[in-house]
Amino acid sequence: MTAHSFALPVIIFTTFWGLIGIAGPWLVPKGPNRGVIITMLVATAVCCYLFWLITILAQLNPLFGPQLKNETIWYVRFLWE
Amino acid sequence: MGSLFRSEPMCLAQLFLQSGTAYECLSALGEKGLVQFRDLNQNVSSFQRKFVGEVKRCEELERILAYLVQEINRADIPLPEGETSPPAPPLKQVLEMQEQLQKLEVELREVTKNKEKLRKNLLELIEYTHMLRVTKTFVKRNVEFEPTYEEFPPLERESLLDYNSMQRLGAKLGFVSGLIQQGKVEAFEKMLWRVCKGYTIVTYAELDEPLEDPETGEVIKWYVFLISFWGEQIGHKVKKICDCYHCHVYPYPNTAEERREIQEGLNTRIQDLYTVLHKTEDYLRQVLCKAAESVYSRVIQVKKMKAIYHMLNMCSFDVTNKCLIAEVWCPEADLHNLRRALEDGSRESGATIPSFMNRIPTKETPPTLIRTNKFTEGFQNIVDAYGVGSYREVNPALFTIITFPFLFAVMFGDFGHGFVMFLFALLLVLNENKIKLNQSQEIMRMFFNGRYILLLMGLFSVYTGLIYNDCFSKSVNLFGSGWNVSAMYSSSHSLGEQKEMVLWNDSVVRHNKVLQLDPSIPGVFQGPYPLGIDPIWNLATNRLTFLNSFKMKMSVILGIIHMTFGVVLGIFNHLHFRKKFNIYLVSIPELLFMLCIFGYLIFMIIYKWLVFSAETSRVAPSILIEFINMFLFPASETKGLYTGQEHVQRLLLVITALSVPVLFLGKPLFLWWLHNGRSCFGVSRSGYTLIRKDSEEEVSLLGSQDIEEGNRQMDDGCREMTCEEFNFGEILMTQAIHSIEYCLGCISNTASYLRLWALSLAHAQLSDVLWAMLMRVGLRVDTTYGVLLLLPVIALFAVLTIFILLIMEGLSAFLHAIRLHWVEFQNKFYVGAGTKFVPFSFSLLASKFSNDDLA
Repeated sequence: MTAHSFALPVIIFTTFWGLIGIAGPWLVPKGPNRGVIITMLVATAVCCYLFWLITILAQLNPLFGPQLKNETIWYVRFLWE
Repeated sequence: MGSLFRSEPMCLAQLFLQSGTAYECLSALGEKGLVQFRDLNQNVSSFQRKFVGEVKRCEELERILAYLVQEINRADIPLPEGETSPPAPPLKQVLEMQEQLQKLEVELREVTKNKEKLRKNLLELIEYTHMLRVTKTFVKRNVEFEPTYEEFPPLERESLLDYNSMQRLGAKLGFVSGLIQQGKVEAFEKMLWRVCKGYTIVTYAELDEPLEDPETGEVIKWYVFLISFWGEQIGHKVKKICDCYHCHVYPYPNTAEERREIQEGLNTRIQDLYTVLHKTEDYLRQVLCKAAESVYSRVIQVKKMKAIYHMLNMCSFDVTNKCLIAEVWCPEADLHNLRRALEDGSRESGATIPSFMNRIPTKETPPTLIRTNKFTEGFQNIVDAYGVGSYREVNPALFTIITFPFLFAVMFGDFGHGFVMFLFALLLVLNENKIKLNQSQEIMRMFFNGRYILLLMGLFSVYTGLIYNDCFSKSVNLFGSGWNVSAMYSSSHSLGEQKEMVLWNDSVVRHNKVLQLDPSIPGVFQGPYPLGIDPIWNLATNRLTFLNSFKMKMSVILGIIHMTFGVVLGIFNHLHFRKKFNIYLVSIPELLFMLCIFGYLIFMIIYKWLVFSAETSRVAPSILIEFINMFLFPASETKGLYTGQEHVQRLLLVITALSVPVLFLGKPLFLWWLHNGRSCFGVSRSGYTLIRKDSEEEVSLLGSQDIEEGNRQMDDGCREMTCEEFNFGEILMTQAIHSIEYCLGCISNTASYLRLWALSLAHAQLSDVLWAMLMRVGLRVDTTYGVLLLLPVIALFAVLTIFILLIMEGLSAFLHAIRLHWVEFQNKFYVGAGTKFVPFSFSLLASKFSNDDLA
């Protein structure tokens, strides 16, 4: 229904998680918990980015499509398109 | 990295405590909570230790205080609990306190005893009054009645005989009256009849209000009885029976005047007793109130004192018998604090010679200390529940802070449920100061202790719910689906394109219940949904086919990355303990094994995702079959994923096959070579001296000398190896077991990560079923009364969501995430054989009135 590009989300999310995971550690204030916070930021960035990346890669080239009931087909055609 | 990465370096110190200052120094140490004492008198029984007398004294004081607390609680006086805890009392105050408490106890006991006696007395008098009142009605006497004629009283009259006529009969009449318990009346009567054979007449009546039994304190019903008998013998028998049945017997007045006198006397005495009793109770209350003000601080002081004496019992005396020696484990960062505490203690006790400390080298393994704050404590507890880390080994808790909630969220992924969990945890966190004080229930306390874990779990679940596109089992269409239904219709394509495509039109759609979209037709699939799973899959009947494939691959990818990370952490351990050979002989082969097989699997998965699409879907090979074929070398040449696949796979298999024997035999053979004379750089200098078992001083001297000169020859860790006894068989066996465990574990642990798929599937299905069974039924009802029906339906939906999906599924996902961490992640690098550092600290003693105090 809507044409989605692949490159744009990749750029957006990579920069987003890259900022958090790579630039974030430089902004953490010095204190006793600095190491913990840096580790948390990097780990969060890696985990969440990886999760999102797997999801979008899995849908990039689908080998089969969704199987819809005919009522759904009619309604989707009417409502979304 | 913060100190959460590794446990802190510890050292063993000797404290020299002068006997005058020992108590105060320990009090100062206990307030700060710096060091852990070692028991130097382990072979001495607890009754033979030096300070047994003082400990006994403390226990005596504790007993008195517990009795006080009990009495105060019984009198329902509120016990104030102070905010700050007072320090341990100096020795001069102790005697004074002891005297005070003992005096107080004696006084209390006396007053209580007196009170009991008075009460008992009062009850007896009350019973007597009742008895007199009731028996008055038994005897129907008319004072003015004068017998004008003699006759036997008619037998129909149910009341007792007029005793005037009895006297006329010339028999000696006696009366026994009293009270008996309700349950025993019948038996009593029967017994009397049998024994006295009709020579007694018993009358009894029930008392209306139940009275308290003076002995047992229960409130029961009583019967007043009056027995009239004649004859001395019968009298004795009756009295014996009354004793037997525990009746309360009171003297029976003979004349009316006597009765009146007795009653008046009783009344005055009862009034007096009431006054005295009230005064006594008031006095008692006053005493208890005064005691209640200071009892709380006293309890704490006595506890601290007892703790100090326990610690003093662990110290030993030196040769001159004037100085106590204690051995403590102290974190190196706290050494100057320790010195300062000793100085403070010495100054307070005003001794001329201050106590001091001395650091001693040791070969024993110190306990593990990892400093946590309120946030990291929960995660550290999760790791410690598996095993406290060995001294100075890498602490997985630092990474668990994020990976644990993340893996939980992968299994729980639902936006709505995650948000509810996040709100609940936020509530706990924002009110943590208030809730901390009244934790009574075990389960609520567990939830409270894990509030930060819950917070992160909820937050990550919100994110994974967004990616799974699951919000209370419904999907959200934020960006527009990438699948276009209209493009399947033949009307959307020009005749030229329609050649080999199976297209739809209205009649096709009307006559087929289900139809599948074909992504190879241009225009049907227009690009991947940018954030998560496309919302059209929620409407599809083959939703699970797509999701299962996606989630299984995702689980395997996440698992392999998690395990590889574990092996990498092991490298940090080897670097720290200066066993570099372990890196080359153990970690690198492990990494090669894992990456050549399972890293290649990840490569194949991603390659298939990128390269194969709907046009080539017919020839797209199954990853699983390809993977299995990698090991089986099948005869038929099936078309693989890419050209040159067999060569790459053969190369990877060769590398794997080479790394396995290195893993098995590399480390034992290397150690054996080290041990049996080798040209190790710089080892000859320390080699022969250390094989002799010298005194510890020499070894420690050599140690310090080497430390000064730098550890150039430390590369192989040879010095440590030669100090220990070398048992080749044992090392070989250990390494073989470790290798087998690792290699087989790689396969089984990778498969174990598939639980990420399984639980997220279960959660999604449960959530879907709940919606379909409840909300859909509720929403489909006609609007006339449907609105009213919807209210209980929503309530039921909410309750079931909380109990089944949040609590049950949440606990289940929590458990499996812990399992993945404890087994699959931690067995790649974590040993966990340490002991926890438990400092001597007063804050670790319970500061509230616990049941132990009252026991």
